[in-house]
Formats: sequence, C-alpha cells, structure tokens
Amino acid sequence: MAQTATLLLLLPLVGYLLVLMMGPVLKEKVIGAIATGVVAVSFILAVITFFMVLHRSNREVTIHLFNWISVGSLHVPAALLVDPLSITMCLFVTGISALIHLYSVGYMHGEKDFRKFFLYLNLFVFSMLVLVLANNLLMTFVGWEGVGVCSYWLVSYYFTRDKAASAGKKAFLYNRVGDFGLLIAMFLLFHHTHTLNYVGIFHVAGTLSPTVATLTVLALLLAATGKSAQIPLFNWLPDAMEGPTPVSALIHAATMVTAGVYLLVRMSPVLTMSPDGRATIAIIGGLTAFVAATIATSQQDIKKVLAFSTVSQIGYMVLAVGVGAYSAAIFLMVAHAFYKALLFLSAGSVIHSLDGEQDLKKMGGLAKYLPITFPALMVGWLAIIGIPPFSGFFAKGDVLTNVFAHNKFLWALGVVTAILTAYYMTRLYVLTFRGTERFREEKDRHDPHESPWVMTLPLVVLSVLAIVGGIIDLPWAHVSSLAGFLNPVFGYVPAVAAASTTEQWVLAAVDVVAALIGLAAAFTIWRDLTVGERFESKFLENVWYWDDAYDATIGRPLTEVAVFSDTIVEPKVIDGAVTGVGVVIRNSAEGLRKIQSGFVRQYALAMVMGFAVIIVYLVARVH
Amino acid sequence: MNVPAAWYLVVATLLFGIGAFGLLTRRSALIMFMCLELMLNAVNLTFVTFSRTMSDIAGQASVFFVMVVAAAEVTVGLGIVVAVFRRRSSTSVDDLTELKG
Repeated sequence: MAQTATLLLLLPLVGYLLVLMMGPVLKEKVIGAIATGVVAVSFILAVITFFMVLHRSNREVTIHLFNWISVGSLHVPAALLVDPLSITMCLFVTGISALIHLYSVGYMHGEKDFRKFFLYLNLFVFSMLVLVLANNLLMTFVGWEGVGVCSYWLVSYYFTRDKAASAGKKAFLYNRVGDFGLLIAMFLLFHHTHTLNYVGIFHVAGTLSPTVATLTVLALLLAATGKSAQIPLFNWLPDAMEGPTPVSALIHAATMVTAGVYLLVRMSPVLTMSPDGRATIAIIGGLTAFVAATIATSQQDIKKVLAFSTVSQIGYMVLAVGVGAYSAAIFLMVAHAFYKALLFLSAGSVIHSLDGEQDLKKMGGLAKYLPITFPALMVGWLAIIGIPPFSGFFAKGDVLTNVFAHNKFLWALGVVTAILTAYYMTRLYVLTFRGTERFREEKDRHDPHESPWVMTLPLVVLSVLAIVGGIIDLPWAHVSSLAGFLNPVFGYVPAVAAASTTEQWVLAAVDVVAALIGLAAAFTIWRDLTVGERFESKFLENVWYWDDAYDATIGRPLTEVAVFSDTIVEPKVIDGAVTGVGVVIRNSAEGLRKIQSGFVRQYALAMVMGFAVIIVYLVARVH
Repeated sequence: MNVPAAWYLVVATLLFGIGAFGLLTRRSALIMFMCLELMLNAVNLTFVTFSRTMSDIAGQASVFFVMVVAAAEVTVGLGIVVAVFRRRSSTSVDDLTELKG
C-alpha cells in the first residue's frame, strides 16, 4: 500500500517533469496523452489504495518517506497520511482531474502555450495531492502554496490580457491573507502541542484550553476563507474566471477551492474543542452561501454565475463544518465536484461553440445545436438545485438536515439560499438554451457546433456521476455509506442522528419545494428578457459593491500612504537627510579651504602659535 | 669646568628662538632650512643636557634619531629646493602657492 500511495502522489510530478524536459520536441497530442495518462493512472492507483484502506481494520496508515526538517524540538517528516478522509479526497481529485485533462486536450487545441498549460495542470494535481495526503500541517502548507501558485499561473494564462494578469494577482494576494491565517494556526498549534503531525495534534487536542482552541480555529477559518473564497475574502474567485474554462472547472470549482473545507474537516478534533469557533464558521458559511447566491442572480457572464454559485455551494460546506457535520461537508464537496465540474465544462463547451462568447444575453436557443452539451448542462442544473434523485438533492439535503438539528435560523437561511440557487441556475439554463437565437445579432456568426469527443466524453462521464453521485451517502444506508466510512476520522457523532425519519422526510420535502419555487419563478420571469432584466439589480451585479468597499477602506488609503511616501517621505525626508549631510560637509569645506592659503610661513606661524598655546596651557596647569 | 645645566638650556632657548624667528621672517627656502636645522639642534641640546643631569642615556639616544631623521629630511628637502630653483630661478616660498585651497 505504501508503494501505491507514493506512486499515486508522484505520477503527476513525473508527468510534469516529462513534459517540462521533453516538451519542446513533442507534438500536442503526445503532450496531452502524457499529461492525461499520468493523472488517469494516478486515479486507478487511488482506487486500488481505496480498496486496500477499505479492507483494513486500522484505517489510518502513515507512510514515512524521509526526514524533512529536524531542528531543535521541531521534527517534520515528509510522510503521507492515508486514511478514509484523505483517500476520499484523492479519489475525486484524481478522477475529476483526469477527466478535465482529457477535456483540455480538445479545449486548448491549437493554443500557443499548449505545453505550458499542461505543465501547470500536472503540477497542480501534484500539489493538490501533497496538500491532501500530507501527514503534517507544514507539508499541507507546501501543497497549499503549490496549488495557490499554480492557480495564479493558470488564471493569468492569457497574461497578455490586462484583466487576466490582474485577476491572477488578485487571486494571489487574497490567498496570501488566508495563508497568514494558516501560518498563525501552525505557530499556535506547535507552541501548545509541540508537534505539527495531524495524529500527534489529535491525540493532545483534548488538552487545549478553550481560548487557544478558539484562536486556532479562527486562524484556520481565515485560511479557509482565503482558499475557499468565503466572506470576507471571496472576491478573487469571480475574477479568477479569466483563466481558461477547464482551469475554472478543475481549480476554481471542483478541487482547490475546497481545500479550505478539507483543512477545517482535517482539523476537526481541534474544531470540536471550540464551540465558539465553530459557531463563527457556521455563520460565515451561511452568510457566504446567501450573499453569493444573491449576487449570482444578476451576473451577465455565464462563468461568473457559476463562480458565485461555487462560492455559495462552498458556503454550504463551511456551514456544514460549522455545525459539526463533517461527513456531510465532504459529501457535498464530492457531489459538488461532480456537478460543478460538469456545469463548468458544459459552459466551456457552450463558449467554445460560440467562439468565446460568455455573455448570457448573447446566447439563447442553443439546445438544438448542442445535442450532448445540452443534456449535460441540464443534468448539472437539476443536480445543483437539488431535484431528486440527482446527487445535489442528497448532498444538500444532508447538510441542511444537520443544520436544522443545530440552528433553525441558519437552516432558514440555507433554504432561502436553495431557492435563490434554483432561481439563478434556471435563469442560466433558460438564457443559454431557450428563447430566441440572440447570438445571431452578432455579425459573421456561423452556426454553433458541438465540441469534439475529447470534450464531450468527460461531459457524459460527469453527467452520470452527477446523477448517481448521491448513492455514496444515502440517508437510509448509514453504515456502509460515505458517512460511515468517514466518521471514525472525526471521532464525533454526527448531528443527523438527532433528526427522526419523519423529520428527514419533511426536510427533504421542504428542500424540493424550495427548489421548485426558485425554478418556477425563474421560468416565469425569464420567459421574456425585458421582464427578466427588471429583476436584475446593479447592486447585485456589482457584488454588493464589495470590491469598491475594499477599495475605499484599504486600497485608496494605502494608495494615499504610498503617494505620501513618494512625494513627501522619499524626496524630503530620506533624500533630504542624505543630501543634507553632503551639503553640510561641502559648505564647511568651502569655508575651511580658505585656510589653505599656500603661504608656507603662514603655516609655520600657525604651528608656532599653536605650540605656544600648548606650552602656556601646560605651564598654567602645573602651577 | 662645570657649567650649570641652566646655561645650556638658555643657549638652547636662544638657538630655538633665532631659528623660529628666521623661519617666520625669511622667504628663501634655503635659509628656512637652515633655521629649521637650528631649531632641531636646539632641541638636541636640551636632550643632551637633561640626559646628563638625569643620568639617563635615553636622551642621547633620541638625539641620534633626530640627527638621522634630520639628515634624511635635508637630503629630500634640498633635492626639492634644487628642483624648484631649476624651474623658476628663485627659491622664494611665497611664490609657491599652486596648492592653495
């Protein structure tokens, strides 16, 4: 098992190095085959490892690779922790990565930097696996930074476009704020537990004082808000849509952005120690889910709608973590990875068919032109709004049932968000596939065409997963389900036990009704574009003026300080001090040089006089 | 004949005064040199005087050093004076003001 787990981690790195060193001489097809192949093999190894874990009684295996850092009392090995949580993550990360690699071969066909794209993509998968499989916080941090930098490179992939370049920077800087939280959490934990190993921390987590636990949880939450795009650091994700669509699907929907949730779930024994910290997490998650859903209702760009939908869905996951429903969070994470990757890839296929058009108002009536993309996006749409028996229904239902048992207000907020989710997703569906063919208003537009098989095959596979994904954790099969598999990791009784079967049925019915309300509202409103536009608001389209608020409170004051430094501090104070010293020396030299008259006898007189003064002084002192 | 030390010191002071006066009043580099030598030897005389009164040989040893350095200095100095004289047919130090500030 040690070999398969190590190999599954290293294969994407091997792919990266192969493409890096042999890339220039290889053809596009070979590069695509190598990059996709290594990730696919990695996925097969993950499946094998999964079954190995499944058949073990002790499902927590540490694989020691080598000693990495050993300084004083700090010992950090490079080691892997294979347990139900990490292997679940590995399965869907490698699986979806493989599909999206395959899709990218078609999507990126003919791009100038085809090789660069796959380099970063492979490196990303490697970093993500390091993050997930690490057995200590520091190694997780390496993966955490690795996925961050790959995200930066891939967002700014079209770096000649100003918007893409600055979107990359924005993503990087927002993530930096979050990284600060992770560092603080590591410092706190090392100070109080003297170890960074997960298992070591978990063993002594019970001895942490409530204050320390709360501080650590809040620091971890800050890290999660950065990486997983939650309030107050969610603004970078919509901008990150400047990257190619497969990147949006893989990094900014399915895998990397869920890393924050993974971190919180991983640290669940510490979270358990701090009810206050978890309450904060739940509130942040609930608020983010709601705010992002409202914003998604008024976005014009198909990818931005999906981006805010991602923020909203991750808000649900964070909410689930906050109420202690860790397995529900992971369940939603996996289901979300299926249907959100599907939605993004379908959207990419739509954009591809319209030669790069992303404005929803310039689509419409595409159903008959895209025989595979159309049903695929439809499956994603039904899955995300939670229509049974699609995966989203079970996953979101699991989360909301747990929240209901914990806090009625947050549950109500979650249901309102579900209505909004159904509304904006239906709006997206209607604007894309129904109505008149508005794309014909553009000049020289030829008929949309369906994408090649490398792009449609992942769509089909993901559609199937999005439909049946719910079976991994059906509410009535608790022992042999994902929750039963994961729960030993948390050492925690899931809150769902508190809800009776009747309650669960009622809550499920409420979810479905919520979805249907949103769906019906959107169908009614968006039948006519002019009616629909009245329901859009500038406030929501401009993201609650959140960016402008940051600009006013942080950006502009800092700019003022910078300008002040540039115009006052630098030239007057610093330059003034430096030139001041020079001026003083030059002026005194101007005066002193007059003494050098060139008359030798004058010097001699000065010496004699000086000598006389010394003599007089000495004589006077003696007496 | 036993001359008191004070007499030697008076002579030394007179010699030093003459030297200093000449150094300050004369313009010719050559004369200034001679005045300088006069001052040096005045100091030598005090060294020897005190060496005898205090029975300390160190004073006389110092005199040798002063004489050696003075000899070296004269060699260099006279060389410069000759070089200057060849250039401008004069040894007046008041004319040598090229290096003034």
